[in-house]
Amino acid sequence: MKKKTYKIDVDCANCANLMEDAARKTEGVAEATVNFMLQKMIIKFEENYDPEQVMQQVVKDCKKVEPDCEIHVK
Amino acid sequence: MNDKQKRMLWRIGITAVWLMALQFIPVQGWLHLALYLVAYGIIGYDILRKAGKGIVNGRIFDENFLMTIATLGAFALAIYEQSGDYLEGIAVMLFYQIGEWFQSYAVGRSRKNIGALMDIRPDYANIERDGKLEKVDPDDVALGTTIVVQPGERVPLDGVVLRGTSSLNTSALTGESLPRDVQQGDEVISGCINMTGVLYVKTTKESEESTVSKILELVEDSSSHKSQSENFITKFAKVYTPAVCLGALALAIIPPAIQLMYGHADPQWENWIYRALIFLVISCPCALVISIPLSFFAGIGGASREGILIKGSNYMETLAQTRYIAFDKTGTLTKGNFEVNGVHHNQMEKEELLAYAAMAECASSHPISKSLQQAYGKPIDRNRVRNIHEISGHGVKAAVDGHIVAVGNDKLMKQMKISYVPCHSMGTILHVAVDGRYAGHIVISDVIKPHARQAIAALKRNGIKQTVMLTGDTRRAAENIAKDVGVDQVYSELLPADKVNKVEQLLARKGEKEKLAFVGDGINDAPVLTRADIGIAMGAMGSDAAIEAADVVLMDDDPLQIANAILLSRKCLRIVYENIVFALGIKFLCLGLGAVGIANMWFAIFADVGVMILAILNAIRALYPPSVSIKKDSRKMVLQPQSE
Repeated sequence: MKKKTYKIDVDCANCANLMEDAARKTEGVAEATVNFMLQKMIIKFEENYDPEQVMQQVVKDCKKVEPDCEIHVK
Repeated sequence: MNDKQKRMLWRIGITAVWLMALQFIPVQGWLHLALYLVAYGIIGYDILRKAGKGIVNGRIFDENFLMTIATLGAFALAIYEQSGDYLEGIAVMLFYQIGEWFQSYAVGRSRKNIGALMDIRPDYANIERDGKLEKVDPDDVALGTTIVVQPGERVPLDGVVLRGTSSLNTSALTGESLPRDVQQGDEVISGCINMTGVLYVKTTKESEESTVSKILELVEDSSSHKSQSENFITKFAKVYTPAVCLGALALAIIPPAIQLMYGHADPQWENWIYRALIFLVISCPCALVISIPLSFFAGIGGASREGILIKGSNYMETLAQTRYIAFDKTGTLTKGNFEVNGVHHNQMEKEELLAYAAMAECASSHPISKSLQQAYGKPIDRNRVRNIHEISGHGVKAAVDGHIVAVGNDKLMKQMKISYVPCHSMGTILHVAVDGRYAGHIVISDVIKPHARQAIAALKRNGIKQTVMLTGDTRRAAENIAKDVGVDQVYSELLPADKVNKVEQLLARKGEKEKLAFVGDGINDAPVLTRADIGIAMGAMGSDAAIEAADVVLMDDDPLQIANAILLSRKCLRIVYENIVFALGIKFLCLGLGAVGIANMWFAIFADVGVMILAILNAIRALYPPSVSIKKDSRKMVLQPQSE
């Protein structure tokens, strides 16, 4: 299982929780954790999914719950 | 301050000035309203935008929506009542924004500070090229490269010293302030700071595998193990906001409706709607949601500064509830290396006896020989030793300075028909005979760590119900050490699998809320570490296996750190509970006061912003862990002479 860490920008702790929820529900994501304190999102991808494509969807889903958030997908 | 925060500060300033100016401009009617609306727009446009987006995305009931309804509601009331008092609606928005700004600033600051504390990542490594030092990214340094570490610099990668001597400050890793001396051939660990001399180090690990990376990864990953309190708050926040919103709706409709039903002339719609708006302001869950992870983050950060790595806030919770502790003996309570502990019945000077023994044993690579040499303390002149003859299972015979020296166990003495004095001490007994005459015996045993006794005492004082020692050692040796150190119970002669069984028995016996910790040195006890409620590995500097297997890693091998880890976890948990109770208490109090009409909007703002600020300040306390003082422990029990 691939695991990647992304830098994020989010202002409030509750929003970070909401982003975590949203990312977890995205297809292709096996596990998601948002560390508000370190402003990091750690995603474990399911097998046979392309991390880049999954992340595009994750960004979309997160923007829905918190329009102000930023995920730096390298 | 980032750009976003700067911009917000400007908006807050402009709005405040604008509002003050408005108090002196004598306008009436629609123009009056329009001027206020401009101020409202300046301070709240982003909230309005986000609220709109939220509705489009099917997410009503977020704090933006709530603030929008509350403030627009206040405007509507002012218009309806024709009071011209538009100030309150804007003020609520203004203070909400000030609160948000402060939160963002305070959290950003503490995040940075704690982050800096934990940031032991070296920025560069020096490589010598054509006689010049070149700074490169540690990630780009290949295995086996020679790097140069100058005084004042951080060791960037794990390696072995090729040239140079120096003292290393390991406090960033272990919390231990005593510097460690290194010389050629010694291992150095990344993250230590080189204090005195230039070191040439051959790297033995790549950046990703080095100790620093392992530790940082561990601390950063700690957020994926969430504690019960965090889960509780997350769940609570999901229910809380909608519930309060429904409460607000009910408050706005039901009491006036009842009054209408009973035929009151004035149902006081505006009054009840105002109270409902207060509810909406209080309903934001942010103070709660921020203070819990911030407390744990500060707690874990503070602990890692002390050389105590906790892999998640759930482990902190378990640590705080620990009531039973099982110890591995070797490497945990004892040093795990053998030392000469005594010389008894010696017929000659102690030093002389040790010298004979050390020289006779000088050809052996057995740990016992090493400890003899260490006790002898001088380099051994091998020319003085001849005819070394090992008798397997018995000992060794050799000629030292022309004397026939025999060093060995009871069997050797019996075989040589030398009468010896049996020993009652624990450990390995080496009898020494010189020229066929008994010269005394040397006791070699594992040594108890300096703070082991104090550590057990400190644990007992802090509410640990039972301490248990598990060991593969013989019963006599184990019981002796247990008595010395003060543990309650000993299980000896255990195979590694037996240790797991014993821990399972202990687990079955204790209560649900009482947790069992196992402390080991991380070597051979990985299964037990994982089986216990919480596994603590000690003296883990540089041992990946231990870092991997345990839930809590003590970088230092001082057993007092176990007590420290428990104390700091309790402090952190106490802060978490304080914050939960405090934040919830104030919120519910304000909700209650708002419902009966005592609290106004200003109260509500305090319940939201003030509580959050206080909770953040409280959370910061977790950064400063308490520690067990040794002084208190060294109070010895003085036996009173019996008066009768």
